[in-house]
Amino acid sequence: MSDLAAIIPMLIVTLSAIAAMLAEAFREPGERIPTGLGLIGLVGAILASVFLWDRQATAFGVVLADNFALFVNIVLCVVGILTILLSAEVIEREQLPAGEYYALTLFAIAGMMLMGSATDLLVIFLALEIFSLSVYVLTGIRRASQAGAEAAFKYFLLGAFSSAFFLYGVAFTFAVTGSTRLEQIGPAIAAQSMNPGILVLLAVGMLMVGFAFKVSAVPFHMWTPDAYQGAPTIVTGFMSTAVKTAAFAAFVRVFLSAFGPLSTSWIPLLWWIAVATMVIGSVVGVVQTNVKRMLAYSSIAHAGYLLVGLIAGGQTGKAAVLFYLATYAVTNVGAFGVVAVLGTRDRPHDELSDFAGLWHRRPGLAALMAVFLLSLGGFPPTAGFIGKWYVFNAAVQQDQYALAIVGVLTSVVSVFYYLRIVVMMYMTEQPAEAPRTPALPALATAALAVAVLAVFYLGILPARVLDLAAESVATIF
Amino acid sequence: MSFPLLTAIVFLPLLGAASLLVVGGRDGERDERVRRLALGVSLVAFLLTLALWAGFDPASPDYQFVERHEWIPAFGIAYHIGVDGISLLLIVLTGFLTPLALLSSWGSVRKKVAVFSAFMLALESAMLGVFVSIDLFLFYVFWDAMLIPMYFLIGIWGYDRRVYAAIKFILYTMAGSVLMLVAIIGLAYLHSAATGAYSFDLLDLFTLDLAPRTQFWFFLAFTVAFAIKVPLFPFHTWLPDAHVEAPTAGSVILAGVLLKMGTYGLLRFSFPLFPEAALYFAPYLAGLAVVGIIYGALVAMVQPDLKKLVAYSSVSHLGFVVLGLCAMNPQGVQGAIYQMLSHGISTGALFLIVGMLSDRRHTRLIAEFGGLKKAMPRLTGAFLVITLSSVALPGLNGFIGEFLILVGVFMWDPRFAAFAASGVILSAVYMLWMFQRVNYGPITNEKNRNLPDLTAREAWVLGPTIAMVVLMGVLPGPFLRPMAPAVDRVIERVERGRPVVAAENGEKWGQTLFPALQSPTEIGSDPISPEPES
Repeated sequence: MSDLAAIIPMLIVTLSAIAAMLAEAFREPGERIPTGLGLIGLVGAILASVFLWDRQATAFGVVLADNFALFVNIVLCVVGILTILLSAEVIEREQLPAGEYYALTLFAIAGMMLMGSATDLLVIFLALEIFSLSVYVLTGIRRASQAGAEAAFKYFLLGAFSSAFFLYGVAFTFAVTGSTRLEQIGPAIAAQSMNPGILVLLAVGMLMVGFAFKVSAVPFHMWTPDAYQGAPTIVTGFMSTAVKTAAFAAFVRVFLSAFGPLSTSWIPLLWWIAVATMVIGSVVGVVQTNVKRMLAYSSIAHAGYLLVGLIAGGQTGKAAVLFYLATYAVTNVGAFGVVAVLGTRDRPHDELSDFAGLWHRRPGLAALMAVFLLSLGGFPPTAGFIGKWYVFNAAVQQDQYALAIVGVLTSVVSVFYYLRIVVMMYMTEQPAEAPRTPALPALATAALAVAVLAVFYLGILPARVLDLAAESVATIF
Repeated sequence: MSFPLLTAIVFLPLLGAASLLVVGGRDGERDERVRRLALGVSLVAFLLTLALWAGFDPASPDYQFVERHEWIPAFGIAYHIGVDGISLLLIVLTGFLTPLALLSSWGSVRKKVAVFSAFMLALESAMLGVFVSIDLFLFYVFWDAMLIPMYFLIGIWGYDRRVYAAIKFILYTMAGSVLMLVAIIGLAYLHSAATGAYSFDLLDLFTLDLAPRTQFWFFLAFTVAFAIKVPLFPFHTWLPDAHVEAPTAGSVILAGVLLKMGTYGLLRFSFPLFPEAALYFAPYLAGLAVVGIIYGALVAMVQPDLKKLVAYSSVSHLGFVVLGLCAMNPQGVQGAIYQMLSHGISTGALFLIVGMLSDRRHTRLIAEFGGLKKAMPRLTGAFLVITLSSVALPGLNGFIGEFLILVGVFMWDPRFAAFAASGVILSAVYMLWMFQRVNYGPITNEKNRNLPDLTAREAWVLGPTIAMVVLMGVLPGPFLRPMAPAVDRVIERVERGRPVVAAENGEKWGQTLFPALQSPTEIGSDPISPEPES
């Protein structure tokens, strides 16, 4: 029975997903039972994670609920709660299939939680596929939309390709070390780290490609803008944050524990990937005219900053990645949430020009959007500033001054496009025929309020969460 | 525990800003209430800064009214604030100018008054925060946060090219300051390497013994950030745009306080943290300052636009301040601080006057004016006093600062003083010529004939500045006294670097850096200064 303890959070979310699916079959139109079930499941998972804190529970020898995994669980569940609150009315307005939507979202979260806790490469692969398949379907959930279908197809094909890479990486690793368990791979690799064979390097390279694809690092980022633009906005907000969180959690665990002894081999490669990711994400974002595409490039740039934390490694680097994921999650869900609640079925409200003079029409939403954008840009006193500072702090600690300098300079470039949206909202006259924006739904308002409070809380009083992040990585395997 | 006066000063405007957004009432009424409330809050803040001055012990070089609370203990970051003789009067200046700027906006800002006033007050909080921070992390937070309200003020309430100017302002300033952030993190890291604990506290970081190449790069990172803010030639190109496009109140704050943050930063951080690098770079900085003095004056001379002329005159005047700092002797540095204060008042007042002219005529071109003395004798009188103060007429505030700076610079290196002195003459040329074309002669443009003279509100805006111009001109003692001990301490700290640089004969100190130029990633690998080889 104690074997099950570590997977209780995932179990709760999975059960709530099944319940949501069943409820859909019996629900009267207008009832929101799946919404409620989803919220109950996610809150339950958070409570379970809090309960498991510091207990180091393991299940079946391949799932480890250490504090690192639990921190990731909580971030994922918060993203899930915000997403569900934001989407309650939006999916009705957009006439998306509610039952499938909630079930898939919850299954995805369960898979992501497994991804953060798994200590076996095969289980990581399993988790990767659980959440990836759900997200592929979510991307194309608006069946009538051509853009959605194209996005889902692209995402699926490239995703399948990268899964194959990942699987090859697992196979090579098994060939070299005779195991897929991280705790056995580590010593085996350490034994030959002085003179790594070609097979080991291939294994590391393949796994890196698999992860780089999921976190949308350059040059494996091509799917990101299309998938982000084509998916329903509310789904984009979810996948831009949750997928990144889960993928980075596993990335950190695999590369900094099992493959840590080989770091001198993979750091130079990842260094260039990080630099390219930061530069491309910031520079190419400047020329976008679609806000969702712009935020897609922004998410690429943020993957670059997270990679900086990963490269820095050590306790500070790992904690910086965790903290950054938390700040990025609340900020980005908020930003996409604003875009989502402004859209209607016929008019997505995602072109830059749709935002012209938004301040005059919807002062509250414009202010929220401005806060989220400033946080993405890394301005104090918002969460984004502390996150960036922590990551660059980790880099400087490892004498990676060059990475830190590239990071801060590209973040100035990205500020340019965040400010383009602000300019549109605040400093441009309304067009004569301004797009009509729907009324603000109550649950979504609550979600945005929570997100903005979180952005300021993490920006002004970050000490507590910083300590938690540092504590979480202290016992990481 | 005693009353946290400094915290109250810093955050009162921010609280006021928040309260403005919830003021209710019908449109016209609401704006009126908001204006009064904003002015009231800023006046209370000003009174508090005066109380600060009254309670300040001018004989002590230490930080006073110190408050310290843990903020992010894991990295030694604390909410550590205090005030010394260098920051005291800049705080009072900020408190003095904000109500005037707010009052001046009553006539010209008509849209979204509540948000405008809220941004002005938020800006005041951030500026005060910059001046009181002892912790470098806290300093950076205020320094960067300040950009946001200024960006909105320029971008929403500015003139025609406001969006371009706002974005240029924010990107230019950020590009410099993010590198400073890396250097700040680097300093904290070196502190942890040397002592085992992180610290962002300025007083702790003073105890670090930094290797020459570390000093070289970190000094550059800090100084470029501050030089952009000053702005020192050739980093000044954002300034004319921002000044010209900003609304009057924004220009007043920009010229009056924001630019001083650059010179304040040089004096507070760049010079004392990296004394050897500071002494090594001082002649180069001074050279740029002299170029700025003369270049700013020449460009100001040919401007057809009043606001642009005043903007370029700031480049010239701030050049004097940097030059005084580079001299690093009591006269030069005290003169520099004095010049910061008097430039804040007189250039702030010049922007106020230009704003009044532009409110009346909706143009700022000098050629559109002429003979205003006949139409508006009282405004012209005020204009004359301020112009003369900007020209540094003895008896007015501008003279004291420039004179002290020139004395200090002459004692350091007479060549710089000779060139800088020519800037004094040039400033007389462009200011007086402008004044003559605007106010004297016949009325050439009929539109100018029936312009209304100063209103009571405008008199209340300009009155205090004129009073200060005269007061600071004839009674410099009370203003100089509190800064002297703190200035001496900074100089003493910088002078500690003198033997090192002198022993290495200046050039040698520079030569040790060339390996650093080849491998910049090695910075910080040796926190304890090794003697350079050879």
